[in-house]
Amino acid sequence: MTETAPDLLYSEAEEDLRAAVRSLLADRTDTPSAPARAESDTPYDPRLWQALGAEMGLAGLLVPEKLGGQGAGHREAAVVLEEIGRSVAPVPYLTSSVVATETLLGLDTATGEVAALLGELASGRRTAALAVPFSYGPDSLRLRGGLDGIVRTVADAATADVLLVPTGQGLYAVEAGEAASTALTPLDLTRPLADVALDGARGTLLADVDTGRAAARRGLLAGAGLLASEQLGVAEWCLTETVAYTRDRKQFNRPVGSFQALKHRMAQLWLEVVSARAAARNAADALATGSQEAPLAVAVAQAYCSRVAVHAAEECVQLHGGIGMTWEHPAHLYLKRAKSAQSALGSAGEHRASVAEIVGLPGPA
Amino acid sequence: MSEQQPDADELRARTQELLAAHPPAATEAIDFLKARFDAGLAWVHYPVGLGGLGAPRSLQPVVDAELAAAGAPDNDPRRIGIGLGMAAPTVLKYGTDEQKRRFLRPLWVGEEVWCQLFSEPGAGSDLAALGTRAVRDGDHWVVTGQKVWTSSAHLARWAILIARTDVDLPKHQGITYFICDMTDPGVEVRPLRQITGEAEFNEVFLTGVRIPDAHRLGAVGEGWKVAQTTLMNERVSIGGMRLPREGGMIGPVARTWRERPELRTHDLHQRLLTLWVEAEVARLTGERLRQQLVAGQPGPEGSGMKLAFARLNQEISGLEVELLGQEGLLYSDWTMRRPVLVDFTGRDAGYRYLRSKGNSIEGGTSEVLLNIVAERVLGLPAEPRNDKDVAWKDLAR
Repeated sequence: MTETAPDLLYSEAEEDLRAAVRSLLADRTDTPSAPARAESDTPYDPRLWQALGAEMGLAGLLVPEKLGGQGAGHREAAVVLEEIGRSVAPVPYLTSSVVATETLLGLDTATGEVAALLGELASGRRTAALAVPFSYGPDSLRLRGGLDGIVRTVADAATADVLLVPTGQGLYAVEAGEAASTALTPLDLTRPLADVALDGARGTLLADVDTGRAAARRGLLAGAGLLASEQLGVAEWCLTETVAYTRDRKQFNRPVGSFQALKHRMAQLWLEVVSARAAARNAADALATGSQEAPLAVAVAQAYCSRVAVHAAEECVQLHGGIGMTWEHPAHLYLKRAKSAQSALGSAGEHRASVAEIVGLPGPA
Repeated sequence: MSEQQPDADELRARTQELLAAHPPAATEAIDFLKARFDAGLAWVHYPVGLGGLGAPRSLQPVVDAELAAAGAPDNDPRRIGIGLGMAAPTVLKYGTDEQKRRFLRPLWVGEEVWCQLFSEPGAGSDLAALGTRAVRDGDHWVVTGQKVWTSSAHLARWAILIARTDVDLPKHQGITYFICDMTDPGVEVRPLRQITGEAEFNEVFLTGVRIPDAHRLGAVGEGWKVAQTTLMNERVSIGGMRLPREGGMIGPVARTWRERPELRTHDLHQRLLTLWVEAEVARLTGERLRQQLVAGQPGPEGSGMKLAFARLNQEISGLEVELLGQEGLLYSDWTMRRPVLVDFTGRDAGYRYLRSKGNSIEGGTSEVLLNIVAERVLGLPAEPRNDKDVAWKDLAR
């Protein structure tokens, strides 16, 4: 290891940012009404997004100031995502402010179209989605022939103003009105998915094939790395709620949280959560510093944190007993977010394969 | 009266002075170590006169790096680990001036090895249930009982010992902490052969051992409180190692994987990668804990690191035996030996597999540590305890 050690802590400024985001989310999100909203025609919450992305300026954290952003970085964006995970907030932060933004940052930002679009995304006035299936990780990216056919299960596509489409002819920006998005019924009620039909769409060519592919990979890498922080937030909420609930809930004339069979499971989960925090911070720091270690740090964080979030959410449902199975209790929203995120931006298996490649542990011939 | 705390520059200068006055190449190792102790460069955070300079603990690496660069001898910290990690902080905190002067220097230079007489056949996880008795007799205490799992007892000159001095009080009270001379009559050390074939531990039988009251550490009946200092330091020293990537048990199995493509299967590949990722995350978690300590924001992660490493060591070494296939059917050597050190890296996979089974037992079982995390970190309610207010002599056993 020739590079300096990663900074795995939170800075004071990051803690301030967390406090501000948490307080806004606590004021503006109404977790119990989320399922009802998800079943309605406005699956995401435009007023919340306005407050978070535009008024607080968080949409532009990754964008340099000269392009209209905040000029912060991945460490700060990761903190925002932890809080979004903790509240399963239905906002297109990961898709627009991280994946699409990071993709654009991989292009020639001196060109008019790219700079203009980055400025709009940074201001929170418009959102964009990278038009690839939400399951794609950096290593599973495959290019379409051109602006043709249907792209399946694109996250936040139905509400995005612009679609970024990586194709064999280059990377295109397609206005939402040019493509036909069909909203799907997603497993995760708080992250809308849509199929996007591109046939006949007109778009603006932003980059050639190679630059476009590299930029999309960069977007997916940052997305996968910071998704780990969202997963950490999901897991933290699940553990905190479960501890609080089992401290109060009595059976056999004792709080159920005093039973060793339950305590050990929560203690084990705690250990996984603190480990997930180290892994997620490591990925965010590596992305922020542009470290050569970033691909490995992202693969490690994603392979680890996706499982921890699912485990935490499953334990949350189980240890809440019957109430955990109800539509009224928010536990199911976290389980759905966690389970979907496990398949998002590359499966754990894909990320482990990246680890094998990077550290030289090849499979059988 | 308060002197300025020495900074890194001053420590560097003092280290160079020590090296100039006692060139390592021309000085016996033990003489060098004594001079180093007397110069306050042994553990710089200890007080002046006791091997330190009252400097911040974080500056020790400055001294160590200078000395290593000059090829100076070290005090073999692994050999004297129990003394350094557990006895010394307890003597420093609870010892009299006379005890500190008598014990710390020979402990640090390695002239005197220490062991820990805590666990008993009937008091492992429930350590406060211990039954070894110490009865006052004038200026002495007469100790009788049996201890077990005692590493280094066969090499040790001194032991930290807890014994019951009042059977009428509940079990956490009525315990007193002593320093026991292992050469005294009545101390009998018997090797305890283990699962690996080695006798790394011992049973220690104490029969009418006479310990002077001057070798009591802390007040009579306050031994449980004193022991907490020892136990806290024990868990820190077990979980707090800083590792490079692949620095733990994952290292040997990754090496074997790279060098022996004929052993690879798809199933083992998936399991290896999962464990590799977990080992890397455990390393990062330890690194984060270290950064928290340096930043003066100690987190509770320390209580979890031992749990993580215990499970990983067991799973990784288990995988390694499987990976080796036919060779995994063999074992290097069952001859009974009494190792000075637990040697994880110098032995084969089968040894690592068997020895790592102890990682979830020694220094607090994983089950007990999970309770500690649940109650102290997460604030979950304690299990009902029916032995807290009962005199020790009235407990069922």
